[in-house]
Amino acid sequence: MYAFNEGAIPVVAPTDADGIYSLLWLIVALPLAGAAILLIGGRFTDKWGHLLGTLMPIGSFGISLALFVDLLGRDEGQRQITQHLYSWIQVGGLDVGADLLYDPLSALFLLLITGVGSLIHVYSIGYMSHDPRRRRFFAYLNLFVAAMLTLVLAENYLGLFLGWEGVGLASYLLIGFWQHKPSAAAAAKKAFVINRVGDMGMSTAIMMFFVTFGSTSFTVISENAAGASETKLTILGLLLLLGACAKSAQFPLQAWLLDAMEGPTPVSALIHAATMVTAGVYLIVRSNFIFELAPDAQTAVVVVALISILWGAAIGCAKDDIKKGLAGSTMSQIGYMMLGAGLGAAGYAFAIFHLLTHGFFKANMFLGAGSVMHGMNDDVDMRHYGALRKMMPVTFLTFAMGYLAIIGFPGFSGFWSKDKIIETALADNWLVGICALLGAGITGFYMTRMMLMTFLGEKRWEKDVHPHESPSVMTIPLMVLAALSVLGGVMLAGDWIQDFLAPVVGTGAHEDPPLPALAITTIAVLVVASGVALAFVLFGKRDIPRTAPQDVSFVTRAARAELYGNQINDGLVVTPTRHLVGGLLAVDKHVVDGTFTGGPIAIGSLGAVARRAQNGFVRTYALSLLGGALLVVLALLAVNLA
Amino acid sequence: MNVTAYVVLSGILFTIGCVGVLTRRNAIVVFMCVELMLNASNLALVAFARQHGNLDGQIAAFFVMVVAAAEVVVGLAIIMTIFRTRRSASVDDASLLKY
Repeated sequence: MYAFNEGAIPVVAPTDADGIYSLLWLIVALPLAGAAILLIGGRFTDKWGHLLGTLMPIGSFGISLALFVDLLGRDEGQRQITQHLYSWIQVGGLDVGADLLYDPLSALFLLLITGVGSLIHVYSIGYMSHDPRRRRFFAYLNLFVAAMLTLVLAENYLGLFLGWEGVGLASYLLIGFWQHKPSAAAAAKKAFVINRVGDMGMSTAIMMFFVTFGSTSFTVISENAAGASETKLTILGLLLLLGACAKSAQFPLQAWLLDAMEGPTPVSALIHAATMVTAGVYLIVRSNFIFELAPDAQTAVVVVALISILWGAAIGCAKDDIKKGLAGSTMSQIGYMMLGAGLGAAGYAFAIFHLLTHGFFKANMFLGAGSVMHGMNDDVDMRHYGALRKMMPVTFLTFAMGYLAIIGFPGFSGFWSKDKIIETALADNWLVGICALLGAGITGFYMTRMMLMTFLGEKRWEKDVHPHESPSVMTIPLMVLAALSVLGGVMLAGDWIQDFLAPVVGTGAHEDPPLPALAITTIAVLVVASGVALAFVLFGKRDIPRTAPQDVSFVTRAARAELYGNQINDGLVVTPTRHLVGGLLAVDKHVVDGTFTGGPIAIGSLGAVARRAQNGFVRTYALSLLGGALLVVLALLAVNLA
Repeated sequence: MNVTAYVVLSGILFTIGCVGVLTRRNAIVVFMCVELMLNASNLALVAFARQHGNLDGQIAAFFVMVVAAAEVVVGLAIIMTIFRTRRSASVDDASLLKY
């Protein structure tokens, strides 16, 4: 079928860019230039800043699409292309080039980032139209797109890290975009700090790459990975996983994602649903040549993924804030991608497939939530919604497409992608598969709850709220994303995505699942259906109170408190660190300062004794003068007589 | 010429002045004792100048006299001021400037 041996670890062996591929750098440069113009131009660009900011990612999308079409026409062995821009860092043995790598994996990411990114830019024109700082918002969005494109186009880990930090910065700026709100400023800081934990893992991994392989380039490392010891590769894998956990809000570094919903909704859609939070999955799939040789690290990825799937789903079930509910769902869905990535060569392609479909339907639903908030005076509490179906027909229908996709309604994109991951998980290990199935059932439950509380049921609006449909500049991106949510599954047709990604991630030896594929699909659909039915019984048949009931079970309370993730962080990290810092401060004050101020203090106390001689009696001074003079005379005599 | 007698007298005068400075409390008396010590040293200077047959010692004595005259002006003015403000000319009373 294809030239790559089944089960072999693929090696990155790119050819130099020529022809149309010499435009590769422009994909990054366009949004970067947009950000620079809007930030340096300042108020002079206020009038047309949002239009320029929208054109830049659209331009990048155009180039990405042209390259993609050309790539499809190429021979499968010729689908990895590098472009050397310039020599970036050259110190001793370290030689890092500013190189770009264009291959099937980054090609798909480019389309997702620039495509969904452009739609969200268009949507933002409407969503942010009343914001006096709209131009700055677009500048940050462009900065984000440029950084994210750097991340997926870099040919070495250091370049990837540059983009990695760039998206972290953009995320920080955009979460805290409404900086006048203390909660937004705190959320931005929290995201930044938690991401630093992951960055420690990333930067240590990069240093280890350099020490072990003498290079950070994918080409060199993938060629030589098999020569390194398994211990080293396992440590590398775990360090990369740490970085991925922070960026992708996976357990145990997930706490920042829910707070990040303080940012404007397009930010939540673009950064905290469709693209940036999936960078961790990209990192693991891109580093497949490490993980394939480190089975322990892969197991760690699977464990993290399973905890995150269930943890995120539990949060999604209890939150009344529509955006936080979606954020919990994002964490859970990224868990599925991580699961796919942790299953090795058999799952990489499905992880990326789910990443793409999730990018479509989750961006769609976040933008839909933004559209609802737009009509409801920025109220995010679903208990104040209800019966919005008639007032916002377009938002309702597009949201419904996203809903059907995420729960895995047969035929919709999420059905294909999630089903494949569950199937692969079951083939790998029945326990993992059952956890994944359970997660799918809970997904059906919480998404149905969200749907019922928002669009169906009785009106529970606040008094002065007049819901209305959003302008077409916002609804058109919704429609496009809804169409993609429905049709995203075509990528699986004829195993296209597996074949397409095979040069990058290889193909796993095919393991037969314990049950026929059709039976697994049926079971998955039944599990989801029971989740949906349960939600109908609990939220569709009964009236929903306008304030959250307080006499609830321990489980609900825990889920509302995000399973005490913040408390765990506080108890395990923040408070001990505070105590440690307090102790260090005391040591510094008493031991270190004591050592250095001890000398002066001793001299000072000696002075306190000596100054007693200055008693103010002039005759005492005269006597000491006389004594001194006599001493001098005696000394002279002694010298002369001797 | 033999200067022994002059030097002995100078020593006696210096000692009297020195003991006076150390034992008396009245600022005027202390002051006069200081003058006595200066003059004792002047006497020694002049005597040695005579012995050596040059004018160096005599010039030094002149300088001492000029400085002593200036010192008297300043010193008496200070004693006057202290007496006016404190109604006392005792050097032990004016002992506020201390540690």
